Amino acid sequence: MGTVIVVTSGKGGVGKTTSTAALGAALAAGGDSVAVIDFDVGLRNLDLVMGAERRVVFDFINVVQGQAKLAQAMIRDKRLPNLFLLPASQTRDKDALTEDGVRRVIDALRASFDWVICDSPAGIERGAILAMRHADAAIIVTNPEVSSVRDSDRIIGMLDSRTIKAEGGVAIPKHVLVTRFDADRASRGDMLAIDDILEILCLPLLGIIPESQEVLKASNLGAPVTLANPASAPARAYADAVQRLKGDSVAMTIPSDKKSLFSGLFRRAA
Amino acid sequence: MIFGMFKRRSTAPVARERLQVLLAHERALLGRSDLLGTLREEILAVIARHVHIDPDKVRVEAGRKDTVSTLKVDIELPSEGLTMAA
Repeated sequence: MGTVIVVTSGKGGVGKTTSTAALGAALAAGGDSVAVIDFDVGLRNLDLVMGAERRVVFDFINVVQGQAKLAQAMIRDKRLPNLFLLPASQTRDKDALTEDGVRRVIDALRASFDWVICDSPAGIERGAILAMRHADAAIIVTNPEVSSVRDSDRIIGMLDSRTIKAEGGVAIPKHVLVTRFDADRASRGDMLAIDDILEILCLPLLGIIPESQEVLKASNLGAPVTLANPASAPARAYADAVQRLKGDSVAMTIPSDKKSLFSGLFRRAA
Repeated sequence: MIFGMFKRRSTAPVARERLQVLLAHERALLGRSDLLGTLREEILAVIARHVHIDPDKVRVEAGRKDTVSTLKVDIELPSEGLTMAA
């Protein structure tokens, strides 16, 4: 039985899709079988970030409504044979996803993959609730910025009340993934510090993804940043986050792209 | 203005304090659970024991002003609603 993880945030544009692709690819690169699901019906983008947009034939809604089999809709990644994408529909309404249909798809994927990662739409409405409904664990993507932290707090409240596990009285593990972090600005006191965010949200930290140009370069190319440039700072930060997700303890560092020649050599030798 | 540049305060502590105050309020009202939904259900159940009401005609709203928090419960009773339920 695989683990179902929801990547959520409340606020849009904080890096849910980027993080879903990066974490999914890093898990798959480590040998685990991974299915990533785009729950953003009508505004799908996970296919684009992963470079699979021209290979979408059937989607999540087609499967839920019985027009396609799950295996027909799953897109196998061209780089990693154990990484699969279930795209959202671009043309249908978000109400086309049904509670029962989502449950059937998740149950089937959970039975055959090590990890099922659900990329939630922004907001706190039906789509976001369906994405979190079956989660065994949650990753809350947060930018070091007031509106993102506030919305994270709101979504944490929903994770504690609207998931199937929560309704059964079981709290699911929740982790904060801070993205777009700028250590220089935080040290100058002009960006919320990691400790501030964790203290406010009262949750453990999964990782700190530094602000980096590599993220945009990777999405331009249609590759998860962990595959596009594994040596880049965000890719290393996502790789560390994946180790923590698997239960390993990894020292919390903020990787930097501004590394010296020596640290680069050292890193490769290590 | 020039003096302001020299004694510029860092902004992160302000963000932190604003968030702490705001979230303390929001958690109390909205709760880290569906407080409004729970209130609505329970208020509805109590009233339905005595009066026939349409579940869709019950509205529970939380609000916040500078110094007070408000809870508004708006229940529309049908004209014959005040006759006792069996």
